[in-house]
Amino acid sequence: MSEVASPPKSKKSIVKYDKTTYLTWFETMYRVRRFEEKTLFAYSQQKIRGFCHVYIGQEAIAGALATGIRPEDKVVTAYRQHGVALARGMDSNSCMAELYGKSTGCVKGKGGSMHFFSAAHNYFGGNGIVGAQIPIGTGIGFAEKYKGTDNFCVTMFGDGAARQGALHEAFNMAMTWKLPVLYICENNKYAMGTAVTRTSNVVDMVKLGLSYDMPSEQVDGMSVEAVHEAFLRAAKHIRAGHGPYYLEIQTYRYRGHSVSDPAKYRSKEELEEYKEQDPVFVTQNKIISENIASQEEIDAIIARIDAEVDEAMDFAEQSPYPLGSELYDDNYVQQDYPYITD
Amino acid sequence: MRRENVKNSPTNYGFIPYLCSLKKLQSMSRVITLREALGEAMSEEMRRDETVFLMGEEVAEYNGAYKVSKGMLDEFGPKRVIDTPIAELGFAGIGVGAAMNGLRPIVEFMTWNFAVLAFDQIVNNAAKTLTQSGGQFMCPIVFRGPSGAAGQLAQQHSQTFESWMANVPGLKVISCIDPADAKGLLKAAIRDNDPVCVMESEIMYGLKGEVPDGDYVVPIGKAAIRREGTDVTIVAYNKMMEVAKEAAIELEKQGISAEVIDLRTIRPLDHKTLVASLKKTNRMVVVDESWPFAGVSAEIAYEMQRYAFDYLDAPVVRVNAADTSLGYAPTFVEEYMPNPAKVIRAVKEVMYQKA
Ligand SMILES: Cc1ncc(C[n+]2csc(CCOP(=O)(O)OP(=O)(O)O)c2C)c(N)n1
Ligand SMILES: [Mg+2]
Repeated sequence: MSEVASPPKSKKSIVKYDKTTYLTWFETMYRVRRFEEKTLFAYSQQKIRGFCHVYIGQEAIAGALATGIRPEDKVVTAYRQHGVALARGMDSNSCMAELYGKSTGCVKGKGGSMHFFSAAHNYFGGNGIVGAQIPIGTGIGFAEKYKGTDNFCVTMFGDGAARQGALHEAFNMAMTWKLPVLYICENNKYAMGTAVTRTSNVVDMVKLGLSYDMPSEQVDGMSVEAVHEAFLRAAKHIRAGHGPYYLEIQTYRYRGHSVSDPAKYRSKEELEEYKEQDPVFVTQNKIISENIASQEEIDAIIARIDAEVDEAMDFAEQSPYPLGSELYDDNYVQQDYPYITD
Repeated sequence: MRRENVKNSPTNYGFIPYLCSLKKLQSMSRVITLREALGEAMSEEMRRDETVFLMGEEVAEYNGAYKVSKGMLDEFGPKRVIDTPIAELGFAGIGVGAAMNGLRPIVEFMTWNFAVLAFDQIVNNAAKTLTQSGGQFMCPIVFRGPSGAAGQLAQQHSQTFESWMANVPGLKVISCIDPADAKGLLKAAIRDNDPVCVMESEIMYGLKGEVPDGDYVVPIGKAAIRREGTDVTIVAYNKMMEVAKEAAIELEKQGISAEVIDLRTIRPLDHKTLVASLKKTNRMVVVDESWPFAGVSAEIAYEMQRYAFDYLDAPVVRVNAADTSLGYAPTFVEEYMPNPAKVIRAVKEVMYQKA
């Protein structure tokens, strides 16, 4: 776990949940961290191409997704999505193979880093158009209400995406029609090179929900417990039929916007400040220092995940590329659609 | 896909009378990248006319997502080089309003894929301001950014927008990667009193070419013959020019002389230059990265059968991007994109030769 230079400050904490919950958090977050580090490595080897945005630093949100919502709930997010997909329970093999553009990938090599989908995991995808998923997630929630379930749609977007007009249209309709949607702004302080403070007069992102009288909270996104608890409060409200809920989750990405961004627009000190609250390390330390589980148990999880991710890379490496002709698959449901080919 | 050996390149500047002056200017010239040429065009126009300003995502402090506006914030300050939030519909509309009220905005889209969010303002407003107002309000605005696929970027980030925008009356559409011409065309676009969509290319920003010193514009609406030939006319634009040129070089080795035409402007289409060339070669292949259905190539084929029917020795054949969305895997990119081999095959087809 090379991302953290100095050991995190030990915080006073209380043990509120059972051992399984803590270990689920640790395992989920560590899997994302490890997966992303290996992703960056494979990218440097040119095994992975195109745009690639990693989730390192934001893992607490993935951890809480694994415990704070139900498998039947729906999730949709943007292109910074590997960690979200893994938190939904998608397996490392099919995710890594997708990054490699292989036919065994979760979308058969069609999507790459920005576009994982899994109907089986109620994962409605990574969207590459900033903000597009905000109304889409609202519509997914609309369908749940229409069908009479008590599921909701977790609709995730960045601080940059929050400046799209689509957010306001979606928030307004969701509140008016009391749609079951949990909106999450992952405020990692930057949209590419643009700091939140340069994008609006309103830099307190939580206020965006308040103008529609939507219940809105600001959450410490470096704490998996805090995010989990916010999810539980939101879920209770939404499942009771009271309509949408909005969380501004304050988090941080350790890396640049994408693999090609050197992130010169921020200070090293700022980065270090967040690394000191690193969600993976804080959780690991708490598990050990509060005797929730033993060092051996943690080591076993680490070894298992390391092996899992290594095996995912082998799997991706050994899988075949899709045939070029498969480009014509899945553009239409109609099987004999008459493409123009000359 | 570098433009090699610029000095001896077959660029025929003499063909279009206007460009004779450009040729003379070339005695004073430098080799710079397309990126730098476009940056110079904007900076020169901003020095010349204080109503010109640049607005878009990451254009100022980050010096442009693809560094086209490098140094412009330092020179012109934040009043004229403006970072926007990610709000394409909003800032395109602000551009339209500013243009209606006496300014000359350059609106940069990080890529044209994101300009889709702004189509309402481009199509419903910029293109219609003059006619709706009975000629009272013009909308002198430039919308610019890269168009076309740029490798393994998958469905949403790989689209080609020339034919979309060229479908709209009221808009002009430029698409050219030759650094000298792209600079002159962008300057013409900024000075133009109508809305102009300028299509660039993410993977061609580093392309080098000889660019004249001093102030010059290249007129909108004129194609350029890049290579003279007698057997077949290959028409292309934007980065497909590199594919067309490569194919022409290979065809030469096989004894086929291809004339290569760079459209440079998509709307209005310079069909006169195309017809003149077709009258000479009697055969035409169009290399067009836009999708085949109602694409630029479809329009050209129509114009040729309409205005040069009697000169055609074979149907016009086109080489387009596949009639699908572009997936991520390298095998999909290979299948999807036009390439020299596909162009050569098309040329053989119009020449009734075995591939
Ligand atoms: C409509 C649209 N405009 C611009 C882009 C280019 N772009 C991709 S990501 C991004 C920044 C988004 O930042 P944010 O929403 O904060 O998400 P983060 O990357 O921080 O997770 C931009 C401008 C895009 N993909 N879509
Ligand atoms: Mg952000």
